[in-house]
Amino acid sequence: MASLQPLTALGRREPVTVTHGPLTIAERTDVALASVAARKGRMADLAAAARAAGVPLPAPAAHQSGTPYSAFWIAPEMWFVEAPFASHELIAEMLKSALGEAASITEQTDAWVAFDLAAPDLAPLLERLCNVDFPVVPAGYATRTVMEHLGVYLIKHGAGAVRLYGPRSSAQSLLHALETAARSVF
Amino acid sequence: MIIPHPILGPRDAQEFVYLGDASLIDRPDGMTAGIEEFHDYLYQRTNPAGEHQELWYHEQGDRSWLVVTRNTVTHEILKVELARDVARARGRTK
Amino acid sequence: MTQPNRIAGGQIDRTRTLRFTFDGIPYTGHPGDTLASALLANGVRLMGRSFKYHRPRGPISAGSEEPNALVELRSGARQEPNTRATVAELFDGLEAKSQNRWPSLRLDAMAINDRLNAFFTAGFYYKTFMWPRSFWERVYEPMIRRAAGLGSVSREEDPDAYDKGFLHCDLLVIGAGPAGLMAALTAGRAGRRVILADEDFRMGGRLNAETFAIGNTAGADWAAATVAELASMPHVRLMTRTAVIGAFDHGIYGAVERVSDHLAVPPPGKPRQILWRIYSQRAILAGGATERPIAFANNDRPGIMLAGALRAYANRWGVAAGQRVAVFTNNDDGLRTAADLKAKGVEVVAVIDSRKGEVVIDTRGRLGLKAITIRDGAGRTRSFSVEALGVSGGWNPNVNIHSHHRARPVWDAAIAAFVPGPEGPPGLLVAGAAAGVLSTHGALRTGCDAARAALDLTGAAPDLPQAEDAPVRISPLWHVDHGRGRAWIDQQNDVTVKDVKLAKQENFTSVEHLKRYTTLGMATDQGKTGNVIGLAIMAELTGRSIPETGTTIYRPPYTPVALGTLAGRSRGKEFKPYRLTPSHYWAQEQGAVFVEVGMWLRTQWIPKAGETEWRQSVDREVLATRKSVGICDVTTLGKIDIQGTDAGAFLDRVYANTFSTLPVGKCRYGLMLREDGIVFDDGTTARLGEHEYVMTTTTANAVAVFRHLEFCRQCLWPEMDVQLISTTEAWAQFSVAGPNARKLLEKVVDQDISDAAFPYMAAGNITVCGGLRARLFRISFSGELAYEIAVPTRYGDALLREMLARGAEFDPIVYGTEALGVMRVEKGHVAGGELNGQSTALNMGLGRMVSKKKDSIGMVLSQREGLTDPEGYRLVGVKPVDRNGKLTAGSHFLEKGAAPVAANDLGWLTSKVYSPHLGHDIALGYLKAGDRRIGQRMRAVNLLSGQDTEVEILSPHMFDPEGERLRG
Repeated sequence: MASLQPLTALGRREPVTVTHGPLTIAERTDVALASVAARKGRMADLAAAARAAGVPLPAPAAHQSGTPYSAFWIAPEMWFVEAPFASHELIAEMLKSALGEAASITEQTDAWVAFDLAAPDLAPLLERLCNVDFPVVPAGYATRTVMEHLGVYLIKHGAGAVRLYGPRSSAQSLLHALETAARSVF
Repeated sequence: MIIPHPILGPRDAQEFVYLGDASLIDRPDGMTAGIEEFHDYLYQRTNPAGEHQELWYHEQGDRSWLVVTRNTVTHEILKVELARDVARARGRTK
Repeated sequence: MTQPNRIAGGQIDRTRTLRFTFDGIPYTGHPGDTLASALLANGVRLMGRSFKYHRPRGPISAGSEEPNALVELRSGARQEPNTRATVAELFDGLEAKSQNRWPSLRLDAMAINDRLNAFFTAGFYYKTFMWPRSFWERVYEPMIRRAAGLGSVSREEDPDAYDKGFLHCDLLVIGAGPAGLMAALTAGRAGRRVILADEDFRMGGRLNAETFAIGNTAGADWAAATVAELASMPHVRLMTRTAVIGAFDHGIYGAVERVSDHLAVPPPGKPRQILWRIYSQRAILAGGATERPIAFANNDRPGIMLAGALRAYANRWGVAAGQRVAVFTNNDDGLRTAADLKAKGVEVVAVIDSRKGEVVIDTRGRLGLKAITIRDGAGRTRSFSVEALGVSGGWNPNVNIHSHHRARPVWDAAIAAFVPGPEGPPGLLVAGAAAGVLSTHGALRTGCDAARAALDLTGAAPDLPQAEDAPVRISPLWHVDHGRGRAWIDQQNDVTVKDVKLAKQENFTSVEHLKRYTTLGMATDQGKTGNVIGLAIMAELTGRSIPETGTTIYRPPYTPVALGTLAGRSRGKEFKPYRLTPSHYWAQEQGAVFVEVGMWLRTQWIPKAGETEWRQSVDREVLATRKSVGICDVTTLGKIDIQGTDAGAFLDRVYANTFSTLPVGKCRYGLMLREDGIVFDDGTTARLGEHEYVMTTTTANAVAVFRHLEFCRQCLWPEMDVQLISTTEAWAQFSVAGPNARKLLEKVVDQDISDAAFPYMAAGNITVCGGLRARLFRISFSGELAYEIAVPTRYGDALLREMLARGAEFDPIVYGTEALGVMRVEKGHVAGGELNGQSTALNMGLGRMVSKKKDSIGMVLSQREGLTDPEGYRLVGVKPVDRNGKLTAGSHFLEKGAAPVAANDLGWLTSKVYSPHLGHDIALGYLKAGDRRIGQRMRAVNLLSGQDTEVEILSPHMFDPEGERLRG
């Protein structure tokens, strides 16, 4: 693999970090991602295998952190599982061995661009971008929402910490939307 | 409008795509039904001024198809179910 | 520069002076002024010309209901027409201009319309411009277009930005007068999340315009103290300069916040306005009431205004609209104006109270009021010299937002006004003057009660502060019959009492007809001051009561909204997001020309040095691919991962042809129908494992196909074991096509891909460049020996560079969508022009693909008589008989000698390209019974471009029809 040099979703060699006033937007390229969907009637088997393998399968609208696997709910009996890219680039293969035939597993790492947002309070920024009632939802809340026409997964880790997964091909448009809103708010 | 999603709670209708009458669930079997029956399935819809069962897809959400019972005059939403559950209850299988 | 009409008091900051101009003349005002209050302070009453008759007009109100004082603000790109001077906040350097006048406000040539008013009565459009018919486009429409409209737009791009945003609360309070403040305070003290929105830049509503006390303090001071308490609550959001414009379904409200309108230029990065979408299950409409005038002869002169506005200018802004004033009222509230002005030292020369039989019957002063003539109870007339006249015909509760779900207001005879009825948007309560409760005490009480009811607050109600609780004493008077001049009802649209009489005479007596026939209430102010008078007069004329006559209702927006606000950030380059392909940065380096395909930016072609015309680049890319090898980024095609033990059976249902029999490691072209039998989409689907397929869709339909598959999975066959996820963006995918495609790929692929090991239509997981996971599909869109190779997206750029470098000996080129299109037309593959949502598999020559041995979406209805017509359209290839002849997509097939009329139309050209390989234009098209016309000569006629070309009908497979190259 060494002969092929990866590009980030923003077309760079290294992830980008930008700041606007109190806000930091950090692109994350060190996350491996895979979807895990229970096969029909196999939810109990999947839950058992996931428990044994240390893969969390949180409730609807929730994210659960763990090591090395974290996960968030995306659809009925379906999750996105996160792991460190360096050790889990082959996350789909690794999960397939761990979870067996109870799940359909698909690599999603490069389908998304990940941005971590950090500021003392992200509510004023997010209210210009999406309809999530950010101050009210708890930490560990995960949802799909829309930002400037783009479907985005939003995970609240705290009042000042959010992870966004947006469509990788629109990484520049999403970053532009975030920066524009930041200039408008901060 | 706000659609009370059975799993995710109230969600803005902007996140959904509308399809139409929930009778679209009742697709005849193509190996036994003929053109007439399929014609009625596809084209013969009621268009009530009042309560109506309709299909909405949570495209910018969890991708669930929902059966929403809605009053087309007042827009009041009386009931929301997962379309998969409705389909099963109507006897659909594989 | 003095402000001759500035008097003592008011909530303006006299320590600072603001300079501004109106029609180029410099004036001064103070922070806290509106443009209207500052102009009045400077003795300027004439601010505009009316729409139809160009009558000189001044402000009649001190708020957003203003019909007359519409001005243009700013200049250059920021010029904004039709701004109400009564709500435009004064800032230093403001430039304002009057509008709808030429050459000047005082001398307006179009005022000739006023002299010709007999021709311009209600319905004049319908009557005057009917004949002769030929005059409509040439004469009438250009004339009307020139005369219509009020202000002018800048025609430059708006340099400012507009944001959108989303807010949530437990209680939205609309309006920050006494009722709204009390409601917000009650909810805020209970710890609930509250949004309090008011369109004014100062909260307090009428408390700022009145002199009475609340408790021990002046009303305005009580308002300020209440606002301060609310501001200290973190769960309360105070939004000044924010007009709630509509109540939508299920507790969604629209609001426009004017963030920077009170500044000359928005601060860098900041928006001019924000369109808020507010989610609140409970809301209280506390929007107050709007005073209405009384119609009498020549009641539209600058200086004649609503009595409450006259009082507001004096109390809030320290402005006397004139040195000598009079008041004309039918109710007690009008008397307050006289009392307040007297207290301020303004000379009140007459109070005309219609309840004593006194009425104003005429006025004088063309450019500004000079005198009024009154008639007393005994029938004697008398004139007074005045500069301002305050008129009060009573107060109309601002029911507008309560009507947004079509609720009809009901008539309340006690206050002679419409009030909100029992129906209304669910969750919306009404308090204060908006509910018809017109005293200050009543406002405080109903505001508190509404908040408690909305939020189910229990416990003892708080003690309310003392406030005036005067009863409404009114004796309705809508218009004065004496006097000879026209009496105006809707001043913005120039509707008079005479127009209402004409509507009655011509039997347009329903309120909806009255509105359309006279244009009453159809201007930008939505008839906030005029509507009720108009329908009350209609009631009189028809002998019906006002409730019997009824009222029109209101639609959003409550106040005018600029289109830029609705567009938000979605304009120009930001109209929609872009999607960039994995090869985008490489292509940019090469100077590629990009084309927008949906949201994607795709490489259209890549010009080389010396190429001056796009065809040169495209021809070269096609020839080089067919000669050696070309690479194209096809990442944009939709990819859907389909897994589960029923995945194959599922595909059999959604595709017209069969996939459950496809061996692992193979792919197949799939045709997807809609249930009505029309082709929906196509693409290749590969079987990568026993229970694992990957489907490709067209770029355009990726989202729609995914939605359709979810519908099939969840709604039609809920017990199938099948799971779906999009992988479009996860993989960078390149087509590698041409005689040397395999040789080039062998340079990067780690496995044996010889024809024996990886034959035509093989598919599978491989590795490249020493172990990177990848996918390879041996499929061809171009008709060449071709593959599609995919790697995780982050490696796409590197793989492309690696293929070009390692395969340099084959002179590989990268081709764009144009060359792709040329090659697929040469090969007869259907794409956008043929997948037009009207065509069947049979039309495309793919009828055999629809398997009747299994049930699939669209199978049954594709067999309908109309869709299986042997004389129906069939896909054909087309070439000009003269190889230099030109073809155009969209041209229609005609028999030789047939007249170019619809009856002779036999089909059309769907896609056209120039084939560098064949050396002439070629096209695909749908031709009636086309399969039986191959070899025939016909015409391709295009009446738009004037082309009439003799063509030969061919098989659609115009290049390598036997497919020898792609199996090579």
